[in-house]
Amino acid sequence: MSDTVAHGAHPPGFAHQFEDMTQQREAGNLGMWVFLVTEILFFGGMFTSYIIFRTLHFASFEAGSHLLKVQFGATNTVVLIVSSLTMALAIRAAQTGKRKGQIIFWLILTMFLGALFLGLKLRYEWYADYVEGIVPGISWNSGAHAPGVELFMCFYFFMTGLHAIHMVIGLGILTVLVIMAARDKFSSRYYAPLEISGLYWHFVDIVWIFLFPLLYLIGGRYQ
Amino acid sequence: MMGLIQSGLNSIALAAMIPLQPAAASTIADGVDKLYLILSGITAFFTILIFSIIFYFMIKYRRRSPDERAPETHTSMFLELAWTIIPSLICVVLFVWSSELYVRNSRPPNASTEIFVIGKQWMWHLQHPEGPREINELHVPVGVPVKLTMTSQDVIHDFYIPAFRVKKDVLPGRYSSIWFQPTETGTFHLFCAQYCGTNHSQMIGWIYVMTPTDYSAWLAGGEKTESMAQQGEQLFSQFGCGNCHGGGDTAQGPSLAGLYGKPQRMSNGQTAVVDETLIHQAILTPNSVQMPNYKAIMPTYQGQVDEEQMLQLIAYVKSLGSEERTSGK
Amino acid sequence: MSMAIADLHEAPADSSVNYLNATYGIRSWLLTKDHKRIGLLYLATTTLMFFVGGGAAVLMRLHLIEPQGALFEPETYNKLFSTHGIIMVFFFMVPSIPATLGNFLIPLMIGARDVAFPKLNLLSWYVFVTGCIFALYATLSGGVDTGWTFYPPYSSSFSHTHVVAVALGVFIAGFSSILTGLNFIVTIHKMRAPGMRWFRLPLFIWAMYATSLIFVLGTPVIAITLFLLGLERILHVGIFDPAVGGDPLLFQHLFWFYSHPAVYIMILPGMGVVSELITAFSRKKIFGYSFVAFSSLSIAVISFVVWGHHMFVTGQSVYAGLVFSALSFLVAIPSAVKVFNWTATLYKGSISYEAPMLYALGFVGLFTIGGLTGLFLAALATDVHLNGTYFIVAHFHYVMVGGAVMAYLGGMHFWWPKITGRLYPDYWARFAAFMIFVGFNLTFFPQFVLGYLGMPRRYAVYPAEFQVLNVMSSAGASILGVGYLIPLIYLTWSMRYGPPAGPNPWGAKGLEWTTSSPPPTENFKEIPIVTEDAYNYPTPEVPRV
Repeated sequence: MSDTVAHGAHPPGFAHQFEDMTQQREAGNLGMWVFLVTEILFFGGMFTSYIIFRTLHFASFEAGSHLLKVQFGATNTVVLIVSSLTMALAIRAAQTGKRKGQIIFWLILTMFLGALFLGLKLRYEWYADYVEGIVPGISWNSGAHAPGVELFMCFYFFMTGLHAIHMVIGLGILTVLVIMAARDKFSSRYYAPLEISGLYWHFVDIVWIFLFPLLYLIGGRYQ
Repeated sequence: MMGLIQSGLNSIALAAMIPLQPAAASTIADGVDKLYLILSGITAFFTILIFSIIFYFMIKYRRRSPDERAPETHTSMFLELAWTIIPSLICVVLFVWSSELYVRNSRPPNASTEIFVIGKQWMWHLQHPEGPREINELHVPVGVPVKLTMTSQDVIHDFYIPAFRVKKDVLPGRYSSIWFQPTETGTFHLFCAQYCGTNHSQMIGWIYVMTPTDYSAWLAGGEKTESMAQQGEQLFSQFGCGNCHGGGDTAQGPSLAGLYGKPQRMSNGQTAVVDETLIHQAILTPNSVQMPNYKAIMPTYQGQVDEEQMLQLIAYVKSLGSEERTSGK
Repeated sequence: MSMAIADLHEAPADSSVNYLNATYGIRSWLLTKDHKRIGLLYLATTTLMFFVGGGAAVLMRLHLIEPQGALFEPETYNKLFSTHGIIMVFFFMVPSIPATLGNFLIPLMIGARDVAFPKLNLLSWYVFVTGCIFALYATLSGGVDTGWTFYPPYSSSFSHTHVVAVALGVFIAGFSSILTGLNFIVTIHKMRAPGMRWFRLPLFIWAMYATSLIFVLGTPVIAITLFLLGLERILHVGIFDPAVGGDPLLFQHLFWFYSHPAVYIMILPGMGVVSELITAFSRKKIFGYSFVAFSSLSIAVISFVVWGHHMFVTGQSVYAGLVFSALSFLVAIPSAVKVFNWTATLYKGSISYEAPMLYALGFVGLFTIGGLTGLFLAALATDVHLNGTYFIVAHFHYVMVGGAVMAYLGGMHFWWPKITGRLYPDYWARFAAFMIFVGFNLTFFPQFVLGYLGMPRRYAVYPAEFQVLNVMSSAGASILGVGYLIPLIYLTWSMRYGPPAGPNPWGAKGLEWTTSSPPPTENFKEIPIVTEDAYNYPTPEVPRV
């Protein structure tokens, strides 16, 4: 997002269209916030539809929720929350001018946790669902479940799938950050890319914080 | 006054051989036409006003020399408020008028003849309560309110009779309804007004409005069929519905007598009125309308009951409600 | 068109180095980060899409000369109107003014060197082109027949055409809108020149800001909706499928949640353009600056809560209908305020009638008709009769073509000397404006009558009694079609042969006119310091006699 045009006396990472570094940093931050607003609307359509259908097909959605593997959902929630902490620590390391090794360490730990989330989800949830025949349109054991349950599973896969796509994009961004950190791009004066990528990572985390109770927990499992 | 404007417009149109107004042949049409005329009047007034002012200013204030400069004029709060408030008031009046008319138009009178409609690519199936079926044609008596209960077998269609000023989407898995009371005999267009695929523009037909005597003769003239409720009753026993829904102490499901039109508490804590859509749901996705006090043991009849049979079953369930039994006749 | 633009390098206008001749070659265009060049890339792409969509429209009107259909099978006709709608709405109208004029002008008007994120800006063009390729591929390899509204279950389970490719194209192009909107919002917030306070901004900027808000808030919703539709088509199961308890009406709610605001994406920039044109050609301050500015924002906000008026006849509850009807009436007020303020701006002006002004006045008139006929559709009782008929077609073409396209052409003629540094022949421009105005009214006015008579839209064949009006409409369309070709010819001609324009041929106010034509790559030699309000046209030293 930042143009690295060589400009005589300017600090590293400065783009020519801006007047100074403050303006550039503010623009970058505002841009990411606007993007996150877009993302909220992106998920918002699905959340709204989910809530409407949940009221309409209460019993089926409850039955559908019981099919989910709550222990892996819960583990993944912890994994993601910790990854948000490590992301914040990476930014903190850059802000306080720590050595690049420390920034890279926290970034790679964040990536590891993100990958762990996806791995658990793929192996112990989606693959298991596939084997059980509760993936609508791909492997669906139509005898065992009512149509309303299929609707619930549609929502489950669309919503967690969209979230997973965001995780994958996040891992891509983190990879770029690690390369940038390795090339000594960051300092206590310039860490804007870390900061705005952090915003994105936290957002993806927060989406999961909403998805987990909505899909796994409020199905009446613990009444 | 209204009639005068209308007849004036009509004669102009006749002179030009272009119709300006569709036939108005239902009790709803007049009210809609009046509102349409008022709206046209408002549109014409403001359009002419804006165009005249623009033309006047264009001529009066045309630039006379290249280096001419305009004097400064100041924003007038009075004008700004005036042209905010006056259109607002006009809108409020129009909103109240049109909404009152709409609410009135959407309530069918109690004693309406009910005709069932199925839309499918690309034809209309209609069935009278007495049993006769029609395709792309509907015969109705003049002066009698008719209610249509409609559903679709495939995609979304829309049942539109311009001369009656009525229109409603026809959706799969739902029942929508419209009503009209024809005021003159004649033949009127029936259109599908929601794009539904290749032959959408051929999904059209005719509404024949007949005198009551002609209508009775028409009903009697067709081949003898059982009424829809009777056909539904046969399906009811054929599918064995009565085993659980027949009433009595050992019944595993709710008795259906008198159930139609009544609000019922569902397992999810909500209250739902037993209507066409709910009966449809109960047959195809039983556990979506599970009632408390009963076990969720009803199997789905998805793929076994087609839309036509569904309507006959609905007609039967409705006939079980005492107040409905007589009104269809 | 971009080839012809490249020719300009040989004859620089009045300043030796500008954004057009600073660098040479195809690479310098395809990898440019200059907002002005990106604007021109968009211009070339959207112009191509306009003539594809327009071609489909011409064929449709020819077909409808005869009640039984003069040219095609119904299937082909259905593909034509679908192509026309999809291309015109998603690939021409939505990006037309924002991505071409907006890109070119926003940094110039607020006194910035570029938009906030130039690389992102170029990326949005590539994203847009990718979307276009999907849409064109689907059109050329057999077409799509769902209409631009993609209603399921027809689009998800019944159509046998390339629905997924087109939906994907619209989905991708949507991201281009989001990125453009994001870029503009940040640019307008953070990149204004010193002294350029919010209430000194030209009204075009206010309009673009309101438009960008809709881009950012509305587009993701249609993106996800079309994504779900595509998945449902591939997997044969999904949340719009009544067989599993889903609801096809949910699609309509989500679709119109974007697509109604999208109407304002198309018209708001036009309103911004017209505010610039009317002030420049009457040499007046805009009447009621803050009212015009805030009406843009209130239109953008209200536009998000009126979507239900597209669904009055779907069987939504009477109460929902009443609420959406009231809100739809509400959106008429800020539009009326704008029309009155534009008209009042002319009062005591020094009015001249170059082509851009003719377009602007045409816009005001046609938008007035388009807006007022909207009342028929906000009113529940009349909407029941008019919904889904040619009345709707006429109404939105009055707003979209009579309004937005008129404003687009007006703006293009106004800023053409700035963009290319050349003047076009004004006589031909006025002639074309006149033809377009006449052709437009002849095409679409009869459709209001057709709609009231009850002719449904999207009919490949129709009852014979509607023929006279249909023939009138088709005759108008042929005039309109020629009208659109004329500017293409003389504007292209002017790029090479037009006389040099000079920095400010109209004597207009605004920062974009203070720099040379065409502007240098960095826009301004020195970043300007703004000390006065917008449209500060001087008062006469000698009073007019």
